[in-house]
Amino acid sequence: MAADESYPDDLRYHAGHDWARVEDDVATVGITWYAQDALGEIVHYEPPEEGASLAKDESYGEVESVKAVSEVIAPLSGEVLAVNAKVVAEPETVNEDPYGDGWLVRIRLSDPAEVDALLDVDAYRKLLEEQ
Amino acid sequence: MKLVFERSRPGRRAGSLPRYGLPKADVPAELRRRTPPRLPEISEPELVRHFTALADRTFGVDTGFYPLGSCTMKHNPRVNERVVSLPGFRDLHPLQDEEGAQGALELMWRLQEILAEVCGLDAVSLQPAAGSQGELTGLMLMRAYFADRGEAEQRRVVITADTAHGTNPASVAMSGYELRKVETDDRGNLDLDDLRAKVDERTAGLMLTNPSTLGLFDEHIEEVAAIFHDAGALLYYDGANLNAVCGISRPGDMGFDIVHVNLHKTFSQPHGGGGPGGGPVVVREPLEPFLPVPAVVRDGDAFGLDYDRPKSIGKVRGFTGPFGVFVRSYAYIRSYGPGLREMSEVAVLNANYLLAKLRDVYDLPFDRLCMHEFVLSARNLKREHGITALDVAKRLMDHGFHPPTIYFPLIVPEALMIEPTETEPKETLDAFAAALRAIAKEAARDPQVVKGAPHHRPVRRLDEVKAAKRAVVKYGFDEHPDLSRTPSEGEALEAQKGA
Amino acid sequence: MSFLSLTPDDRQAMLEAVGVGSVEELFRDVPEAVRLGRELALEPALSEPEIVAHLSELAARNADTTRELSFLGAGIYDHYVPAVVDAVLARGEFLTAYTPYQPEMSQGVLQAIFEYQTAICELTGMDVSNASGYDGTTVAADACFVARHATGRSKVVLCETLNPQVRQVVKTYAPGFGLEIVEIPHRDGVADVDELRSACTDAACAIFQQPNFFGCLEPAPDLAAAANEAGALAVAHVDPVSLGVLEAPGAYGCALAIGEGQGAGNYQSYGGPHYGFIAARSELIRRMPGRIVGETTDLAGERGYVLTLQTREQHIRREKATSNITTNQTLLALAGLVHLSWLGPQGLRELGETCMSLGEYAKERIDLPLVFPETATFKEFAVRVGRNAQEVVRAARERGVHPGYALGRDYPGLDDAVLVAVTEKRTPADIDRLAAVLGEVAA
Repeated sequence: MAADESYPDDLRYHAGHDWARVEDDVATVGITWYAQDALGEIVHYEPPEEGASLAKDESYGEVESVKAVSEVIAPLSGEVLAVNAKVVAEPETVNEDPYGDGWLVRIRLSDPAEVDALLDVDAYRKLLEEQ
Repeated sequence: MKLVFERSRPGRRAGSLPRYGLPKADVPAELRRRTPPRLPEISEPELVRHFTALADRTFGVDTGFYPLGSCTMKHNPRVNERVVSLPGFRDLHPLQDEEGAQGALELMWRLQEILAEVCGLDAVSLQPAAGSQGELTGLMLMRAYFADRGEAEQRRVVITADTAHGTNPASVAMSGYELRKVETDDRGNLDLDDLRAKVDERTAGLMLTNPSTLGLFDEHIEEVAAIFHDAGALLYYDGANLNAVCGISRPGDMGFDIVHVNLHKTFSQPHGGGGPGGGPVVVREPLEPFLPVPAVVRDGDAFGLDYDRPKSIGKVRGFTGPFGVFVRSYAYIRSYGPGLREMSEVAVLNANYLLAKLRDVYDLPFDRLCMHEFVLSARNLKREHGITALDVAKRLMDHGFHPPTIYFPLIVPEALMIEPTETEPKETLDAFAAALRAIAKEAARDPQVVKGAPHHRPVRRLDEVKAAKRAVVKYGFDEHPDLSRTPSEGEALEAQKGA
Repeated sequence: MSFLSLTPDDRQAMLEAVGVGSVEELFRDVPEAVRLGRELALEPALSEPEIVAHLSELAARNADTTRELSFLGAGIYDHYVPAVVDAVLARGEFLTAYTPYQPEMSQGVLQAIFEYQTAICELTGMDVSNASGYDGTTVAADACFVARHATGRSKVVLCETLNPQVRQVVKTYAPGFGLEIVEIPHRDGVADVDELRSACTDAACAIFQQPNFFGCLEPAPDLAAAANEAGALAVAHVDPVSLGVLEAPGAYGCALAIGEGQGAGNYQSYGGPHYGFIAARSELIRRMPGRIVGETTDLAGERGYVLTLQTREQHIRREKATSNITTNQTLLALAGLVHLSWLGPQGLRELGETCMSLGEYAKERIDLPLVFPETATFKEFAVRVGRNAQEVVRAARERGVHPGYALGRDYPGLDDAVLVAVTEKRTPADIDRLAAVLGEVAA
């Protein structure tokens, strides 16, 4: 079942409705509750290849519902360390647990300073209110 | 109901074939089929019943009102089916000598002349198989034209409207052009300021539907044409909505250089559950050398095929195009003659009448007289009662109508795109308007009934999430999955989203 | 006008409801300068009997295969179309419905497409078929587009024995798709496996035809293996009528099977409308062009069918779609399904065997050299007529027989060759007559 709306405090957010959990120079990345809710039940995740380089603000993959396709935007630049195989196999995991089991990729940051430009939870909530 | 494969019983068959008593020919062992295809084994009575049952579960224009916006679901005259079945057309091989195909060639030549006159342009190729292939052909013509002028490298951009059918951007991408989108202004016309900012020496052309997918005629079409022509670019007319303007305003007179005509829309090819169609392209004289080969030409009293067109883009489809479609459309146009104008006039009258009967219950994003179709929004129902365009569409089925196109064009939220066509009587329009009004009332009074619709079709709402996730796209015989055992949580979520 | 339904009173009442005084006024948004301002210069309207008379007169000036004994093939064949096909296609529900966007209104046509997809997959040995493409030429361009994106490569290898029209269409599409086309010549009527293998280096796909344009049987399993070894997708262009006797492309390693469906269920109709089919292995499902129907259940758990995986398509993915196709050839594909169901597996095999037997009979009876005597054929073969084949065709037609397609237009070295096609509709007596006429007109 779909998760309830939430935006954890410990994450950093990107205006493209993506989140990043940063630990040293590694970030786990996914889409926010708002993004998965706008799409509806996700039926397909087209991931990048492991080892690929992501560029901040650029698309690195796609998530699809039945009647919409959404590019997922990299909140940070880096190299793909891992793709979430569980989401590839069971894309609805993103709806069920967008910040936990529903992460999309894990990357090694090429420019950790980019983290400073991301939004904190209050700024992201403010952005949502404006939409 | 059962699949035809599930009706199969070993040893049954319908078909019989001649037996000539000739010796059996050898197939080399390594090329021989090892496992026979599991086609149905079924008797003719069972076969006829099966497909009759499938027809009974299908809704066509012959069944009832089908106001699917942008698809021009008009009546298909039965005489067209009679003439297309004449052996001289039906059993004619496409590689027959030109001398043995004079009637077919003359018919195509005549249809070309008609389309040139209706479009106000000079030359025609009937070859493209459908509207989307007509689009692609038009863009290939654009590329060939600029290549011939040495401007192919410079002109890389094609502009489409934000109201465009998805085929427009898809065709742009498939033809190797870069896409740029132009916005719609608050009257539903192209935004001229946005357009001026985006057209430059890199622009190859514009693709536009006029009237637009909003059902509105662009009031500044002359300025639009001037902006492109002044920049040395071409204008492409997507003929999806030509049914609105036959005999009233011609794309060539509006300034367009290349047109595709959807024969299956404007000129009444039955839509066949998805096709066939026909997408002839009609062009201004400077583009003629680039048209597909062979060209159908006339030389005195004789008609022929001309392959000697060195600048041609080539072939986009086999032979000279979907000939049976030409026979039907030619017969249709000959039934009207110059009175084609009346066809468009009544299409526009029917649409405006229906709009007048609905404008106070659904939101009207652009408040103008419409052309052959109009776009309403169910956003008022969604805001007030949680009823979406999808819910309205499904509930219309219970009233015996095919729903309109929904969620398109993309710039209108909760869009209902309604095209009644000229062939419908006033009583049908009245009944349809009454149904849409009743649903709007019901949305307030009893929204659950609307959300649960349809209630009177052979199936209820279908779980599209399950279909996409499981991707069962063929019958699996002994290993066919039983999807009813999979829980259906997807549907609830999707229905709530409304698209 | 018989196709309009409004009375003069209706029109008046409707104009009043709209709030305009005349029909003219409805067009007030159309700028004066772009109005036609005159009547269309078209011939006067005809009544229904006049339409039938006029079109009958045009039809009578065509030498169709009910009036002329014909051995024309070269991609379009005069196979028998069963009466049940006509009966099913005359059902107004199938005839006048459109793409089943609203599944609850369209379960019948959706199920029919699902059954068609199943039949095509069974014939070709593939996992997924779409709801049809335009014809046997455009599905080849589609296959190249699929292969380009699946492999990231841009070279396409075409065998010269692939139908010339198919090759021409692929070449027309190539610049927009960013494809480079390489053609490999035929050797005694078939493709050479080693030449194909070396051409496939860095190629997205290789397309060969089985039986090929000359009617010859290609070493298809070896060609597919050669393409696969080079990392190119093997694409077989096949005749559905042959697939009761010839091996399914899926059984010998092809990634895609495509073809012209006309021979299954469609009349010749001067080249269309027909249907093309495209089927693929399951891993290519998300790259397939056009409509695909999938099974699902409704709210009550009942089985039903919907258009599925629509995010591939232009109305959702727009410029990133797998194709721009919208209108397809569903009605013609339905005819194919009905014909194949009428035949069943046994009938399809017999049909193929009958065509082959007639072909062998014709080769024996015609006292002319075969162009490719060493190669087995299916229902079509090329003979040398000793002089310009166009002239021979003309002379034979004067004697009431169309002997087949003169190959010189497409193959400059074969100016003296005629491609003869036999279907189950040609009797041994018909073939005897062809042999006699060719004996008179060939040099």
